[in-house]
Amino acid sequence: MDNKYYILILAVVALIAIIPLAMYSGMGEDEGYFGGADSSAGPVIEETGYQPWFSSIWEPPSGEIESLLFALQAAIGAIIIGYILGYFHGQSSERKKIEKEVKSDLNGSEEN
Amino acid sequence: MHIMEGFLPWQWCLLWYIVSLPVVAYGVVQIKKITDEHPESKPLLAVSGAFVFVLSSLKLPSVTGSCSHPTGTGLGAVLFGPAVASVLGAIVLVFQALLLAHGGLTTLGANIFSMGIVGPLVAWLIYKGVQKAGWSPLIGVFLAASLANLMTYVTTAIQLSLAFPVPSFAVAFNNFMWIFAITQIPLAIAEGLLTVVIFDYIMKLRPDILENLKVIGPKIKEKAQAVV
Repeated sequence: MDNKYYILILAVVALIAIIPLAMYSGMGEDEGYFGGADSSAGPVIEETGYQPWFSSIWEPPSGEIESLLFALQAAIGAIIIGYILGYFHGQSSERKKIEKEVKSDLNGSEEN
Repeated sequence: MHIMEGFLPWQWCLLWYIVSLPVVAYGVVQIKKITDEHPESKPLLAVSGAFVFVLSSLKLPSVTGSCSHPTGTGLGAVLFGPAVASVLGAIVLVFQALLLAHGGLTTLGANIFSMGIVGPLVAWLIYKGVQKAGWSPLIGVFLAASLANLMTYVTTAIQLSLAFPVPSFAVAFNNFMWIFAITQIPLAIAEGLLTVVIFDYIMKLRPDILENLKVIGPKIKEKAQAVV
């Protein structure tokens, strides 16, 4: 795929994330929007009369700390992907350069 | 898809641990085997793990008005097989259970089963099927990653309905499907698209590794190299 298709695909992904924001614009967590699906299962389970028997041994003390840790998680992943794909990219352009030089050398020697 | 800490009766916790741990152990053996046979694939293993890290940290809004996240396990499953992806998924789930209070230690087995086993297995089967049918690997990757994502959440819904069949399994399943799976549909498409982009980029840069791992055939390799 050409690079322009990458941009197109990423734009579609962005759109998928933006559409719900636009659909429920003005709504917030207080109105029951944009909460996590994971935690919305909790009340449904508790309705059956079930009591959780174990709670997390450590919880992020605030939303700030939680977002810090989530950002850290994403950053760890992103830096690894960027480093390795960047390395691959360098390798492949170097390989191309060498191939080109070899080719032009060969052409040159034929002419002589 | 994270079942919250303590939200499964202990018998179910135990059961899912018993099912999941052997798969993760087998995955560790597979990682050793694959990296011994193809040491050049190590960086891709890191990329696959990192991809799970990034995608599972992105909580995206969905058309149902709640937020959920992709899983990112499809890439690892397509490249290295489902067992290896189980290990990658398990690492992320431990990180989230300990540091983020997302999921939990008691429900870890159940969460590894949905995100680390069913999802990757679905991805791998679909990719192999598409490969056999001779379709483009990109179509295979898209279907594999998006359906792995969706099936992960369907599995969570099944797990919760099995543990809480109130008033009946069918009713509970319907409820949990609404919470998890319907929210997930647009996110599954997003995950499929993102996985296609990174897979295509890898295929352009290092088709040789993908060929060694038997992810793509030699013909596709030549074509991919011609693009670069």
